[in-house]
Amino acid sequence: MSFLTLADVSKSFGHLHAVADLNLSVEKGEFVSLLGPSGCGKTTTLQMIAGFVQATSGRIVLDGRDITDMKPNQRGLGIVFQSYALFPHMTVAQNVRFGLEMRRVSRAESEARVREALSLVRLDAFAERFPRELSGGQRQRVALARAIVIAPPVLLLDEPMSNLDAKLREEMQFELRAIQRRIGTTTIMVTHDQSEALSISDRVVVMEAGRITQVDTPYRAYERPENRFVSEFIGKANLFSGTVVAADEMHCHIDVGADRIEVGQRSLAHRGDAPRIGEAVTVCIRPEKVRLEANGSGRLPATVTSRFFLGSQWLYRVDCRLGEILVCCQNEGDEPIAEGESVGIDWKSEAVRFVAQEARHV
Amino acid sequence: MSNATLEAGAARTPQQRAAQGAPQSAWRAYVPMWLLCAPAFALFATLVLVPLVMTLVLTFYRFDPSSGPIAAFQFGNYVNVVSSPYYQTIFLRTFGIAALTTALCVAIGAPEAYVLSKMRDPWRSAFLLVILAPLLVSVVVRAFGWSMLLGTAGIVNQAFGVFGLGPFKLEYTTFAIVIALVHVMLPFMVIPVWTALQKLDPQTEQAALSLMASPATTLRRIVLPQIMPGVLSGSLMVFGLSASAFAIPGLLGGRRLKVAATAVYDEFLGSLNWPLGATIALLLLAANLIIMLTYYRMLERRYGRSMG
Repeated sequence: MSFLTLADVSKSFGHLHAVADLNLSVEKGEFVSLLGPSGCGKTTTLQMIAGFVQATSGRIVLDGRDITDMKPNQRGLGIVFQSYALFPHMTVAQNVRFGLEMRRVSRAESEARVREALSLVRLDAFAERFPRELSGGQRQRVALARAIVIAPPVLLLDEPMSNLDAKLREEMQFELRAIQRRIGTTTIMVTHDQSEALSISDRVVVMEAGRITQVDTPYRAYERPENRFVSEFIGKANLFSGTVVAADEMHCHIDVGADRIEVGQRSLAHRGDAPRIGEAVTVCIRPEKVRLEANGSGRLPATVTSRFFLGSQWLYRVDCRLGEILVCCQNEGDEPIAEGESVGIDWKSEAVRFVAQEARHV
Repeated sequence: MSNATLEAGAARTPQQRAAQGAPQSAWRAYVPMWLLCAPAFALFATLVLVPLVMTLVLTFYRFDPSSGPIAAFQFGNYVNVVSSPYYQTIFLRTFGIAALTTALCVAIGAPEAYVLSKMRDPWRSAFLLVILAPLLVSVVVRAFGWSMLLGTAGIVNQAFGVFGLGPFKLEYTTFAIVIALVHVMLPFMVIPVWTALQKLDPQTEQAALSLMASPATTLRRIVLPQIMPGVLSGSLMVFGLSASAFAIPGLLGGRRLKVAATAVYDEFLGSLNWPLGATIALLLLAANLIIMLTYYRMLERRYGRSMG
């Protein structure tokens, strides 16, 4: 039995199925992200765990206790809200102490725990400030301190970084992960930012239209996307549709238009999933796995139509017989390829993956 | 909110501001600021300042019953009012009624606003209209309505009669004045509290619940302190308006139960002692100002830092 289990949990608002038959198990100490576009049901799922939204059906079990019908104020979970929801009329220390007061922790002990939590988020010096006297990043850390000071069994984070600017967001991601590792609290984070989910979680749960599409480690979710939706939502993807024409021990051969693409058999997400000959399939290749070669070499000739400088990388858009392809190259200090130049493109056959057209719901 | 924009404005460099302001401020350079304020100031001066100064001058006049007000500069009127137990009672009654009305408005209006903020739209609009209704009815009509209800043969006493009680004297009492004042003053409490509730982040309530606070504790420790600025500004309005109310105490208090405003009226139009009436009016204004400013100071000190 996992630490937190959601079994067949559904939520409908009238005819709208916000969450449908969701099954998820979270182990103790794990950092799990619910990732998906807005309206995919990830926030509703979090709200059901928190108790602010009542599940229409299904059970939620925490540490062997069924909490499905418990009131939010009986669950004792730590929550960081998207707006932080700090109490504006209380100082930082009073905000953090509130949960301990409600648990009737003695004054001396709560003082010590508040100090400890504030030093964990590096806000010792701000204990007597009011929330409106703090910056966005500091408010976010107060919200985190307020949620972890009560030593909750599960920490729920509702888009915690969405109100921070890009630079601060990156810093906070590292910090959040470091803090979570140190205190070892089971954490569930809702986010629509795929890079955030990939960089800090142990597992990502990709959701689409109220259902879970894929649950995997960030690396596997990126390298072996289950379907078209996941491959496009996590990172960038070049997708080609074609027909299987031949298969041998090592490769599947796919005809895409007039060209043939081989897909390594070992790249299949599930054994025995090998497509049959004649079947229509979609294959995916990540932009950083496509190489630009000198004109005349490589698999296909292509023309650079536009290029974008991303700092550490160059992103090229090239036209070839397969259509438009994104190519991502490390910026190694060399002169980049000019727009309009003819090049050759190449990739390793192991880099090509099958993706399902439709969601395979788990 | 306004503070934030002010800070944002201050953070801009002078060059930026000059660049932004340059095309549109051309005509402004030729019109001094005071000239732009002049029309409003002229209106304010003729309608408020001049009568106020004339009233102030009148308070120093002497009154002779046979020949009327005589121009003079003496403080006899002030001494008269302040030292007379008759006027002391009137002032005490005035501020007592105002304080009681304010307290009742807080007790009824704040929960009312909270319930209103939790309502959904068709009902919310309907109830908002009900709350605002007293303001749409003429004060005289409203007061006579209350006197029909509260009179010795009124509906309330008839209802008591059914149970073999009464009749009680309800009309021409402080009770009648307070009840009618609360009725008309409630919107002035509900609206600011409601505004404060609109600004409240509903997630703070959820946050308190998630920290294991009971709904009652959440209301007391989280919601109430956040709407206090609304309650306090509502109180200022209700207190100020109640202390200077004239029609309701005049119609429902009768001739004998005088408050400051009705006493002023009687001095001016009954005894024709204008200097004395002016003195009472000015003392009422001064007392009102002092009470409200002290209250505001207190509020500012308490909530200035946290709530802005």
